[in-house]
Amino acid sequence: MFSLSVLVKWSRAFNEQAPALIINDLKFDLADNILMTTLGHQKALNRGVCDGLLMPFWMVFGSMIGFGSMARDAGLGIDVALGASLGIWGLPGQVAMVELFAAGLPIYAIVVASSLANMRFMPMTVVLMPHFKGNVTAHKWRYLLAQVLSINIWTVFMRRGSTLAEEDRLPFYFGVSITCLIGGALGTTIGFVAAGVLPLYITISLVFLNPAYFVYVFSSVRYRNCIIAVVLGAITGPLIYLFSPDWSVPITGVVAGTAAFYLDKWMDRSQ
Amino acid sequence: MIVSDPWVVLILCILGTFAWRAMGVIVANHIDISGDLFQWFNCVAYAMLSGLITRVILMPSGTLAQTPDVDRIASISAGFIVFFMCKRNIFAGTGSAFVTFLGFAAARNYGLL
Repeated sequence: MFSLSVLVKWSRAFNEQAPALIINDLKFDLADNILMTTLGHQKALNRGVCDGLLMPFWMVFGSMIGFGSMARDAGLGIDVALGASLGIWGLPGQVAMVELFAAGLPIYAIVVASSLANMRFMPMTVVLMPHFKGNVTAHKWRYLLAQVLSINIWTVFMRRGSTLAEEDRLPFYFGVSITCLIGGALGTTIGFVAAGVLPLYITISLVFLNPAYFVYVFSSVRYRNCIIAVVLGAITGPLIYLFSPDWSVPITGVVAGTAAFYLDKWMDRSQ
Repeated sequence: MIVSDPWVVLILCILGTFAWRAMGVIVANHIDISGDLFQWFNCVAYAMLSGLITRVILMPSGTLAQTPDVDRIASISAGFIVFFMCKRNIFAGTGSAFVTFLGFAAARNYGLL
């Protein structure tokens, strides 16, 4: 029973709904900064590590196990596998690189495909960065912050980071990122070493874990514009993929995102 | 040009992804967060990610492509039921989806399905 109560607490802690996004939040911060209590660097860092360990660590760990074994199957060394995980730090781009390299494609084709698969980092970074506005250290290290961003870190930060006082956000972000990076390195290594040892049905289930998690994360967004964007994206994403596998992610983003943006404005006006 | 040194390919691929991140930083520096453009980027980010995730579940490439559609769809649906029953608990939803999927995968592995 003890473990069950821990589990319940754990899931509640993770689920404790923070206002998810952004514009509205930021306005709230600027206007009501006084209401926010500062945690201090150490506590904010700890909270980042804890939030990272609640879910994202395991998600990254699971999907990188899949990547590690895939890299080994493709004949790459563990150094390249780890370098891809920690350097590219975006699974679709990593997978594209490994698959196309194994298929013996020309280098420009590999680089273009891998880069395109990770295009989502551009709008994600645009949305992330204003949370650190006014923080001199964050500004100095802005390219490093962007480099360690991943979809798991982004979603946690969107849920929780925006509710923190401004000076706590950077240590919090650092805590989440470092936790995820360690999870990614561990997962890649274990996946690489255990390729062929771990039964396939377990590896596949671990790979399934992360997309499944995002389904529920995105089903929890709160602001209307985000909800509309998520719904439209979910409908159009697979359809556009049928027509253009390579470009489907950016096209979906622009088409469904723009539609959501105007639909949200229109609903504002008609209220 | 076929390059056989994986490190050359890797470093270029790292730069290829970093280019998007750097572009994001540059745009973020010049954007007004209370303006429409920022809201638009916000919508685009959410639509992109949601489209990508749905596609990965419904039409996966890579490892997941070996699994039958019904396994993935049934697992996500089971997860949704628990997710809503538990007042939108992400942990409960993810856990149920994962356990269901693992059950399917194991059953197929041992020839029960």
